[in-house]
Amino acid sequence: MEDHRAAYKEEAQELLSDLESGLLELEEKPDDEELIARVFRTLHTIKGSGAMFGFDDVAAFTHEIEAVFDAIRSGRLAVTKELVDQALAARDLIRRMVAEEAVDTTLAADMMGRFRRMLPDAAPALAAGPALEEGQDAPASYHIRFAPHADLFRTGNSPDLIMGELRELGQAQIIAHLDMVPPLSDMRPEDCNIRWEIMLRTGRSMSDIRDVFIFAEDNCDLEILPMESKGIEDRRRIGEILLARGEISAETLEEALRIQETGHPAEPRARQVAITVSSIRVPAEKLDFLVNLVGELVTVQANLTRKSRLLSDAELISIAEEVERLTASLRDNTMGLRMLPIGATFQKFRRLVRDLALELGKEVVMTTSGEDTELDKNMIEQLNDPLVHIIRNEIDHGIEPPSARRALGKPSHGTIHLAASHSGPNVRIRVSGDGAGIDLAAARSKAVERGLIQRDARPTDKELLDLLFAPGFSTAKRVTDVSGRGVGMDVVKRRIESLRGTVDIETEKGVGTTLVLSLPLTLAIIDGLLVSIGGTYFVIPLSAVEECLEMARAAAERARDRGMMSHRGHLILYLSLREFFTIREAAPAIERVVVSEIKGEKVAFGLDQVIGHHQTVIKPLGRVYRDIEGVSGATILGDGSVALILDMPALFEVAEKKAEQRGEAGRTERARL
Amino acid sequence: MTETDITQATQYLTFKVGEEVFALDVIQVREVLDMSPITRVPRSPEFMRGVINVRGSVVPVVDLRLKFGLTKTESTVDTRIVVIEIGIDGEATVLGALADSVDEVIEMEPDRIEPPPRIGMRWRTEFIKGIGKHNEAFVIILDIDRVFSSDELALVEAETSGVEIDMDAEAGAEEGA
Repeated sequence: MEDHRAAYKEEAQELLSDLESGLLELEEKPDDEELIARVFRTLHTIKGSGAMFGFDDVAAFTHEIEAVFDAIRSGRLAVTKELVDQALAARDLIRRMVAEEAVDTTLAADMMGRFRRMLPDAAPALAAGPALEEGQDAPASYHIRFAPHADLFRTGNSPDLIMGELRELGQAQIIAHLDMVPPLSDMRPEDCNIRWEIMLRTGRSMSDIRDVFIFAEDNCDLEILPMESKGIEDRRRIGEILLARGEISAETLEEALRIQETGHPAEPRARQVAITVSSIRVPAEKLDFLVNLVGELVTVQANLTRKSRLLSDAELISIAEEVERLTASLRDNTMGLRMLPIGATFQKFRRLVRDLALELGKEVVMTTSGEDTELDKNMIEQLNDPLVHIIRNEIDHGIEPPSARRALGKPSHGTIHLAASHSGPNVRIRVSGDGAGIDLAAARSKAVERGLIQRDARPTDKELLDLLFAPGFSTAKRVTDVSGRGVGMDVVKRRIESLRGTVDIETEKGVGTTLVLSLPLTLAIIDGLLVSIGGTYFVIPLSAVEECLEMARAAAERARDRGMMSHRGHLILYLSLREFFTIREAAPAIERVVVSEIKGEKVAFGLDQVIGHHQTVIKPLGRVYRDIEGVSGATILGDGSVALILDMPALFEVAEKKAEQRGEAGRTERARL
Repeated sequence: MTETDITQATQYLTFKVGEEVFALDVIQVREVLDMSPITRVPRSPEFMRGVINVRGSVVPVVDLRLKFGLTKTESTVDTRIVVIEIGIDGEATVLGALADSVDEVIEMEPDRIEPPPRIGMRWRTEFIKGIGKHNEAFVIILDIDRVFSSDELALVEAETSGVEIDMDAEAGAEEGA
């Protein structure tokens, strides 16, 4: 039971975030029937499974909210902002109940009362049981034809439960049609081969009946017809009608009548069919453990490959290659398991945007695109805080108050757009706001004031924007609860860089600001190019490698002096890693050059030797080496020694700076090309 | 880290750096390894010797001789890497410390341990928890958390932030040692 409770808790958390996003959308589109139905369904599930797993408080509490949404659905109540506020508050309370945190019972009772008072009539709309209640229509008879598709069970629906619910609505006569059931040899137990005819006499409305099928609707042919007959007292007559219409065979009728008389249930209760599901839940720790194991396996496999080549035994090499192929595919699949669409994270920010805008007296709408973009689960978790920070910043400092926006001729509500997309081996997340943009002049005077630049310095716009990431920098004139203390953007940058990503700002004064986060797909394993300089091994992420070249020593020295080299008729930046890393061992006669493209610009790195492809399990270098420039991590080679992973964006910046220090000559030369 | 008084008999691992015998609370010692090839991390201070592979984890190695102002540790048959666990800003960090030799595990009563003398020490007293006596010889009990406190390691940042490192970094390293 505890397992089930844990599973329910997990499921409920998901349902609750669905509920939250549903409610927030509803606030924008209060007439969207589809949306209302979705919210109702979610509440219904939370209530239903809550009761099933012993969360009676959750079930009782949710019931009241569900009742209100039922009223909304039937058009007896309209969605208001206040109602959404209440529902969101209630949702938070349910979350705490599900998490079994201490909940103020008077608060819960209060809230239940509030929802109850919202109902247009005092009668509980969802009272269970067949009893006729006041305000209900006089009983009428319905003829329901329910023909599930073969895949009904796979969606987790159980006809048994549906029939049970129908019976609760009133008097039901249920006839099962078995004519579609194939011979045993052809039968697939996962398929539903039975159709049902139901005669229902109830005081409830047609839509109440339709609700019973709410989850099965997409997987069945459903027909609900009001019947003019006096009801289902005259069983024989109904049977005859059906017979006359050719809906059932005489045999089936006989059978149905016999079953009715003997009182046996007509639905196939005895046939317990295993419900197959298309996905399973796995605790995240198990996945992490699996990823770690695969990481170890990759290291061992690299060792095997190396050793087999040394022994040059053809048979062993072929086995090693087979293992290599399998390991690579195992690695990709395992990594794939942890990939999640980023949409859920985006949805979480809806609430943040809404609450923050309310608090600051601004109007902000959040839009998203590319929610299906997949990212490593751990990465998504690590992204949460930086994204929260960026969004807060934009709402607090970027988006102007409605009056100011109108004065500027902008729509009174600001827009925050979150977009995710794949870009080569990276995922790009853009957070755009159509706010005030960054005042570069203000940023400049602030930087002078903080002593970050000289009074007479003439930094470029890009350099000024980079200063925003300097610790203790904030252009906000006042400090608010939300932001403005100057802690933040530097933390954002550091966090993103620790994920091997980059942050860029695009801004236009008065028009808006966009922060662009570029991140690798996964944190754990990358494809790398193993290189060496003076006996020290380094790994260059393969995604950054464009091509490998050779260069004679004289040419290499020239390139080093100029910080540039000629490549296919163009001058590109050149950085000698030997020089940068102060490696003292003698240089070889012929240097290797790895050309890579970073931020759209080509840059060449001089080194000694290119060894080859290496599947790199990334290990952190640890706290003490956290701030080493040009190195982002380490990996363990096949022979057990350690190689360092190069931080390509950082090295690119070094190359750029060096080239600039070498004077304007280089820059103009480059600009000319 | 918290200041803990030495109140009960504790086991210490003793090791030599130069001629001096140092001791570490065994609780902080994870394991003692033979010398293995160290991968140098460029642009870091000299006393940070690099990183090694300790059963799948990448662990930084610190040269205690350089840290204490002696010459660089030469690899001999006796050279050992003492893998210790320390807290830096409340974060548990694993480090390897290079020692000229590792001797034994001893037990010392608290009453045989004296506070470090204020003067006349060639070691910075803030690195020392106390002076113990074992087999008629002095044993310096290290406050290893202090030795690798965030201030000390912060030097790493300061020394490597510039692009033109060579001269400045050398000078900085000497100051820090």
